[in-house]
Amino acid sequence: MTSLNVNGEKVEVDVDGATPLLWVLREQLGLTGTKYACGIGQCGACTVHIDGEAVRACVIPVAALAESQKVTTIEGLSPDGMHPVQQAWAQLDVPQCGYCQPGMIMSAVALLDENSSPSDADIDANITNICRCGTFNRVRRGIHLAAEINKRGGRS
Amino acid sequence: MAARRVTLSRRDFLIGTASAGACLSLGLYLPLGSARAKTGEPLPEVNAWVVIKPDDTVVIRIARSEMGQGTLTGLAQLVAEELDCDWSRVTTEYPTPGENLRRDRVWKSFSTGGSQGIRGSHQYVREGGALARTLLIEAAAEAWGVPAEECVANASVITHRPTGRTTTYGKVAAAAAEMVPPLTVALKDPKDWKIAGKPLMRLDTQDKLTGKQVFGADLRLPGMLNAAVRACPVFGGRLETFDDTAVREMPGVKAVVRVDDTAVAVVAETWWQAKTALDALPVTWDEGPNANLSSESIAKMLAEGLDANDAFVGNQVGDDVQAALAGAAKTVEAVYAYPYQNHATMEPMNATALWTPTRCEVWCPTQNGEAALTATAEAAGLPPTQCEVYKIHLGGGFGRRGAFHDFVHQAVAIAKQLPGTPVKLLWTREEDMLHGAYHPITQARLVGGLDAKGDLVGLRMRISGQSILASVRPGWLRDGADMFTFQGLLPEGDHGISYSIPNLLVDHAMRNPPIPPGFWRGVNVNQNAIYMESFMDELAHAAGADPLAFRRKLMGDNPKGLAVLNAVADRAGWGGPAPEGVYRGLAVCKAFASYIAACAEVSVDDRGRLRIHRIVAATDPGHAVNPQQIEAQVEGSFVFGLSALLYGECTIRAGRVEQENFDTYPSMLMPEMPKVEVILMPSGGFWGGVGEPTIAVAAPAVLNAIFAATGKRIRQFPLKHADLRAA
Repeated sequence: MTSLNVNGEKVEVDVDGATPLLWVLREQLGLTGTKYACGIGQCGACTVHIDGEAVRACVIPVAALAESQKVTTIEGLSPDGMHPVQQAWAQLDVPQCGYCQPGMIMSAVALLDENSSPSDADIDANITNICRCGTFNRVRRGIHLAAEINKRGGRS
Repeated sequence: MAARRVTLSRRDFLIGTASAGACLSLGLYLPLGSARAKTGEPLPEVNAWVVIKPDDTVVIRIARSEMGQGTLTGLAQLVAEELDCDWSRVTTEYPTPGENLRRDRVWKSFSTGGSQGIRGSHQYVREGGALARTLLIEAAAEAWGVPAEECVANASVITHRPTGRTTTYGKVAAAAAEMVPPLTVALKDPKDWKIAGKPLMRLDTQDKLTGKQVFGADLRLPGMLNAAVRACPVFGGRLETFDDTAVREMPGVKAVVRVDDTAVAVVAETWWQAKTALDALPVTWDEGPNANLSSESIAKMLAEGLDANDAFVGNQVGDDVQAALAGAAKTVEAVYAYPYQNHATMEPMNATALWTPTRCEVWCPTQNGEAALTATAEAAGLPPTQCEVYKIHLGGGFGRRGAFHDFVHQAVAIAKQLPGTPVKLLWTREEDMLHGAYHPITQARLVGGLDAKGDLVGLRMRISGQSILASVRPGWLRDGADMFTFQGLLPEGDHGISYSIPNLLVDHAMRNPPIPPGFWRGVNVNQNAIYMESFMDELAHAAGADPLAFRRKLMGDNPKGLAVLNAVADRAGWGGPAPEGVYRGLAVCKAFASYIAACAEVSVDDRGRLRIHRIVAATDPGHAVNPQQIEAQVEGSFVFGLSALLYGECTIRAGRVEQENFDTYPSMLMPEMPKVEVILMPSGGFWGGVGEPTIAVAAPAVLNAIFAATGKRIRQFPLKHADLRAA
């Protein structure tokens, strides 16, 4: 049994330790908001937070995680879908197909947690997710807007 | 107006859908759930397009698929506009392809491609909304005992004008459902639109922000098993043998099965277990006749076509372009080539199938539910009437999931070997890259002639290469010719050429390598616009003319094309000073019935590094149903078109695609994304597409700007191979 802390809850999963965190989240825990797209850490669709840091869950064997490490997925980002980044995304209608967006949002949240008002250059350097629909310019505006919402106390 | 009871056919439908409702009562995420009460009993529909619940919730049925392009919201706006309902209470649902079949195709086409979602159905979906409004008003009038003409509807409220009495759609919907609609109905003038034409927010955003949106890859059914598949990596190859003794005892493995003659699949409790076992499975392939095929051999095959005698003519003006060229003061010649590309949807191919000897159901992301149903029935060995497909929003489509349902076929072929057990098949990225329906490969030679004044007197364009239709839709060939090959170059129509050229010959030497081609977002206008718009620039420079002025002279008969070109030139400041080190390039095209143009601003540093700073893009789609979503599509089209230009390439070695994942098949990222300024200029009078057209101008505008910056004319793609250091 492997013990994990996911979205604030302790969970136990019976799984081969080599199984990537992505597949434990999706298949053992039913948290399918975290997406599979490349499996080699290239595209960022599987981005989650481990202790607040954005990581690519498709290349992290679940055995490499300590029980004390806190995993946050898109489902655990906010109880009501009203995290400032989610508010900004809704206001700007950022998603197109939406498949890459949970990863995009988790990357944006991690950036904003570290840098409360990122410049365009900061965004370029930190948002390395692939979006084939092409939402980049709205993602950029969304990050700036979320930074504004944060400054106003988290409500738009 | 007398209302009478409807006949049996509507009752038959209710009985028919009740059985589908039984499946829905499992409490799963499924389309067509929202219009049903908890009992599984369907609510009465006002008509095929509109269901209104007693609480005034409006459910609008959408036959086309949502894959990011915003069609779901746009079509709902069109129905809601004519329905005069309360937009804040609108929800949508997909009717199933099986219901469409049972109801004599009441929702018409489910096909979502060719930028047809709105332009191909606006008339009848608006009529659906207008007819529903008419029935609702009549139902209210009948209840009040007043003439319907004295009643008006607005935002789901019906008012009897003389008395001021009101009721709501939800209160009269059941009565309206029993009435017979008029045969015809008048539609609103677009200038009176209040819901359509407005930059409303998408209806499908919220669940995409929280992880709630269930894509096909996310689907879970009770008792479901998961499958991973591998087909012969060589095109045309077959599965010879596999040795499952090595994997049968691996954790979770339930079965190792042959999938047709071409593939093997492992079925396991979880997908990761299935994939892990498949990786460990020894497989022997019969690589077939294409095992030695390479990009080099394909290029040779196409190069031969550039000089071949026989070719299909796509556009001809004047009797003798050769004579015109021979008499020209100056000729310019160039050969271009465009590579294979994969759609690379973010969500890999997948489908979930449940097969029994008497029924087969499939849940899948598809751009064409009816085609998915056909594929299901064929693979299941059952008549379509005993099959059903439940559509799920797509994690990207781009043409991959419309004409091709190989993944559905495979899922059913696997599920058929486990009767009564739902099986979800999910391709790996590698499988997705190796088994695409690739953007076809072509080369083109262009020869242009200029007279002493620098005017274009003749243009000869020979395309050599692959036909999509010959492979995918042979029935659409015309005397052997694939007219789709000439998109953007045709004499007229949705893909008419932008220019009037006194002597012109465009023809196609069809050369079909054994690599499966497909419709790829933008289709053949992508490379044709690169060829034509780059070459127009080449001609302008040879004539010593400004590229804008050179084009304008040839566009006298194309006022709408000229208007978008002028718009981008004006906004970008063409002819005026650019920022230090920044250079501009133009492109114009007509695609999917819309007029588009772009002006790109780029710089290239002394190490040859390209930066695309800004793109001004103009679109005239005739009517603009949701301006903010059109902007999103135009911006996204630059990502798609420029990813292709910068990186997009599938090369062939030993009969297989060499690029297996995003590490070798990159896509554009945030730092490469230019600012995009969208000029939306709907001129009315026609309906053009939006999801694809702009891709055509993305690459040539940038290429022409690169030439302005460096003096280098790039004619082989992608750009990652080009040395852009100034010549």
